[in-house]
Amino acid sequence: MKTMKAAKVKKHGEIGENCWSIWLEASEIVDEVNPGQFIHVKLNNGEKLLPRPLSICETDTSSNTLRLVYAVVGKGTEALSQVKTGETLRILGPLGNGFDINQSASKSIIVGGGMGIPPLLELSKNIPGKKEIYLGYSSTPFLLEEFEKQNADIYVSTDDGCFGYKGTVIDLMRYNNAQGDSLYSCGPKPMLKALSGWAEKNKIPAQVSLEERMACGVGACLVCTCKVKKENENDWKHQRVCADGPVFRSQEVVWDE
Amino acid sequence: MNEKKINMPDLSIDLAGIKLKNPIMTASGTFGSGKEYGEYVDLNRLGAVVVKGVSLTPWKGNPTPRVAETYGGMLNAVGLQNPGVDAFMSEDIPFLKKYDTRIIVNVSGKSIEEYCGVAERLAEADIDMLELNISCPNIKEGGITFGTDTKMAALVVKEVKKVSRQPLMVKLSPNVTDITEIAKAVEAEGADAISMINTLLGMAIDAKNKRPILGNVMGGLSGPAIKPVALRMVYQVCRSVKVPVVGMGGIMTGEDAAEFILAGATGVAVGTANFTNPSATVDVLEGLESYMKHQGFSSVGEIQNAMKK
Ligand SMILES: Cc1cc2nc3c(=O)[nH]c(=O)nc-3n(C[C@H](O)[C@H](O)[C@H](O)COP(=O)(O)OP(=O)(O)OC[C@H]3O[C@@H](n4cnc5c(N)ncnc54)[C@H](O)[C@@H]3O)c2cc1C
Ligand SMILES: Cc1cc2nc3c(=O)[nH]c(=O)nc-3n(C[C@H](O)[C@H](O)[C@H](O)COP(=O)(O)O)c2cc1C
Repeated sequence: MKTMKAAKVKKHGEIGENCWSIWLEASEIVDEVNPGQFIHVKLNNGEKLLPRPLSICETDTSSNTLRLVYAVVGKGTEALSQVKTGETLRILGPLGNGFDINQSASKSIIVGGGMGIPPLLELSKNIPGKKEIYLGYSSTPFLLEEFEKQNADIYVSTDDGCFGYKGTVIDLMRYNNAQGDSLYSCGPKPMLKALSGWAEKNKIPAQVSLEERMACGVGACLVCTCKVKKENENDWKHQRVCADGPVFRSQEVVWDE
Repeated sequence: MNEKKINMPDLSIDLAGIKLKNPIMTASGTFGSGKEYGEYVDLNRLGAVVVKGVSLTPWKGNPTPRVAETYGGMLNAVGLQNPGVDAFMSEDIPFLKKYDTRIIVNVSGKSIEEYCGVAERLAEADIDMLELNISCPNIKEGGITFGTDTKMAALVVKEVKKVSRQPLMVKLSPNVTDITEIAKAVEAEGADAISMINTLLGMAIDAKNKRPILGNVMGGLSGPAIKPVALRMVYQVCRSVKVPVVGMGGIMTGEDAAEFILAGATGVAVGTANFTNPSATVDVLEGLESYMKHQGFSSVGEIQNAMKK
């Protein structure tokens, strides 16, 4: 039977403005990870009952560790940021379905916004062929060095213009005339919605990783749903971000919210 | 004190004529159809799997966010999303039949006709018991109105009894002034067992953005935060009806389960705890077994009678 596992913190610290990086020892999990999957992190202390879903940013099979990169937005992530190296957390995963990598693409476009950027690092490592990577930040970039090690063209935008192109990542893609035959993305919903429109217009099949507030993480409780309309069905259905996603085909997502 | 140590306590229970290998069940809506937890829990070890609510036709459920965590608990407003009784019967029952556990199906409806329609469809299904959910706070019509009005509760139980084939357990709402009144009314109309409590109606507000957190505005509170209320109500109901009671509300450990049985419950269900740890059900089972060994209880019935004044 699968269970929640104790994971030792190997390295933990702030790598940017409200941006934290944590490496966890997770031997059985590391080998199973598909880029785009997440883990549930349960804190030992603090008032939070429910685990917190965090995307797997990258794995290192030689040391059996995986990395999470997160921002402090509330009490759970605040408590997480105080965990020290050597302590253990309880984790469950890998959960969800990752990206479906098009192995025959000659060029792929990867687009990340804010805290949607972390899972795209492991993805970038696994995508064959040429790549254009677009990263949108509100202000200071993070994980840029790691992305620069990938064999890809990297383009950066910031909302305040303090680094790279000033504007949204989609403005930057238009400006740059982004091209490719597969698109992968993770970021805030308004960005994904706009991107889905861009991909449709340019006839590029796109996959987007969505976020919703979760509880169980395994598909049982039906709280983290999003609206999805399959091509062969007449009406939309609520699908589970945790178990049916978090990655969906952008043309199947009903972008009304 | 001189406590005898028990090596192998008998955990089996009799729930309205149905024998369960142990008193541990899953709380409806927190365990899917069992399939979702199949990788984490050996379903053969559970006394019964109580599946998510099923309605006559597919229900889409409420808009998101459907969950808000609160101190020691959580609010949910799923709104009974489910694919309908036909899909349930063709997909979920065959899956559960592969296991040696009891199957209890949670029945939802917005009208008496709908409740009866589901019970009628399930009459031919190979399941062990029905749980009539007259207590969901997350749907506007039906649900809760049946659970908070004594006359309506009695009426729906009476009508469903006419068409159902399996024993009928009725799930009560805590959102009432006197729960014993509803319990007595459903017992009088032939309820074979009572399960309780469903979630407590609550609300969470995002102070920074000045708006309700849940898409449905209000939702049902569950988890450890509601355990004292649940225990009190189980205690009261067990003293006012003769039918067996399945207790739930914030059970996280074997000792929590024992407390409900001390209050008079025959069985218990584990809900929100599954979300914090997917093996919660078997952990509670093992905890209860060890409690019985240490306390010298040889059967569940002995715990039920052990409460001191
Ligand atoms: C599949 C998935 C992968 C994720 N990956 C990452 C990641 O790699 N890095 C990262 O920093 N964050 C990620 N998140 C978001 C992260 O789970 C939330 O930020 C975290 O749970 C907030 O917990 P908290 O206790 O700090 O905040 P809470 O106290 O619970 O809430 C504080 C604020 O955060 C917002 N919030 C809470 N939960 C979510 C959520 N699930 N999605 C969006 N906003 C939320 C609320 O609107 C609220 O205003 C991911 C979420 C999902 C569903
Ligand atoms: C996400 C969620 C969904 C639920 N769905 C149902 C349901 O479909 N039918 C029902 O009778 N009760 C439902 N409940 C209520 C639980 O079965 C249980 O009565 C309640 O959560 C209290 O137990 P707990 O504190 O152990 O979770 C649901 C609870 C939660 C948290």
